[in-house]
Amino acid sequence: MTDKKQDLIDEKLQDLNNDGIDRRGFLKCMAWAGTGLVWTMSGGIPVSRAFAKAGDKGGDKGGDFSFVQISDSHIGFSKPANPDVTATLQTAINKINAMPHTPDFIIHTGDLSQLSKPSEFDTLDQVLKGASAKDIHFVPGEHDMLSDNGEQFLQRYGKGTKGSGWSSFDHKGVHFVGLVNVANLKAGGMGSLGNEQLEWLDDDLKGRSASTPIVLYAHIPLWTIYPDWGWGTDDSEQALSYVKRFGSVTVLNGHIHQIMQKIEGRVSFHTAMSTAFPQPAPGSAPSAGPMKVPTDQLQRVLGITDVNYSVSGRSLAVVDSPLGDSGASASGNGGGPAAVNATRG
Amino acid sequence: MTRKNVLIAGLAAPVMITMLLLFAGSPSVTANDQPTAANADVKIDNFVFGPQTITVPVGATVTWTNKDDIPHTSVSTDGVFKSKVLDTDEKFSHTFDKAGTYPYYCTIHPKMTGKVVVQ
Repeated sequence: MTDKKQDLIDEKLQDLNNDGIDRRGFLKCMAWAGTGLVWTMSGGIPVSRAFAKAGDKGGDKGGDFSFVQISDSHIGFSKPANPDVTATLQTAINKINAMPHTPDFIIHTGDLSQLSKPSEFDTLDQVLKGASAKDIHFVPGEHDMLSDNGEQFLQRYGKGTKGSGWSSFDHKGVHFVGLVNVANLKAGGMGSLGNEQLEWLDDDLKGRSASTPIVLYAHIPLWTIYPDWGWGTDDSEQALSYVKRFGSVTVLNGHIHQIMQKIEGRVSFHTAMSTAFPQPAPGSAPSAGPMKVPTDQLQRVLGITDVNYSVSGRSLAVVDSPLGDSGASASGNGGGPAAVNATRG
Repeated sequence: MTRKNVLIAGLAAPVMITMLLLFAGSPSVTANDQPTAANADVKIDNFVFGPQTITVPVGATVTWTNKDDIPHTSVSTDGVFKSKVLDTDEKFSHTFDKAGTYPYYCTIHPKMTGKVVVQ
């Protein structure tokens, strides 16, 4: 990226998101400007700075809020890529609890468990109980629906949802939609939403003002990242056609255990890090299986995603933070997923 | 003698030996009281069924073994067979009593597909 282009982006960031945050210090390639939407991406910015937003302003303006996305906890996984996924989930929760502002709620974008075992869900519940935010919204990953078509998941985490676990809710003027794209997958295909859910989504969004910010979340990416590894959703185009008329759409996914982002028109796509183990960049390994990194590097490639909504700027700022925030963070673009991000920026 | 004849003569001996070895091999199978059908293995490794297409005689048992750190399944597209979830090193077997082509896939990672051809 040229300096001139970057300056333009910096200006836009200031214009669009006049919230007092100095974004110049953020990694250049990880800052994006969309229409009425600002992305602040970072695999390694100093966390205190990113999280200091509310404090800097000396109190939130009415309506501003934040929430946190966590993903791919894989409780029950115990292979070399991370022998203690419960501990790293605990670290993620500690990190959330240490934020200067308590997030209004948490969204878990699936793969809570490794094998859909009751004991795995029990362990997850125990850890999540300690989170400062008590309101947690879930969508299942494929690992949560392994042996019983997701019955157990629905009983535990899908109260009030429809079909295989989809639902929507409103929070301080933002409309959130949780979608399920891991049920009834077809041979040779990728993720799938299915007609019933698509009809429901169409209906759910109808009649809403185009100025309502929309957040869609689902486990498998709702944009095609790497078809060879099934990293996409076969009928996501249909779903995205329903949100085209909205001024600000944010799509949050998990599944690929690394940060990826894309802006398409007014739609911003984002995938989160896992709290359990990293996966390789698309095509960089024989398969998408768990990636073993040196033990002291692990916490740099696991993390959480903090999303701040500002009413005045009508913007959502998405900040990814690795679990371990020393070393790699200070030097910026240190870890694998962050590097992927940078090359695409 | 022409060049061609030399070549044929040269080949004759190894061919004969190979044929003798083949014939010598068959009685030993009967002697060991093995089933006539050859059983076969499919290894699930790096998110791939290997071999992707396997051809077996009628009556053969095919055994899938998951060598990945991630669970997989082996499920017939036409509902003929369905494994439970296979965690690392877990196995699933199915015996094929009818000739035909049996496509299957991993229901967790549907990009993973394979085929059993029973003759």
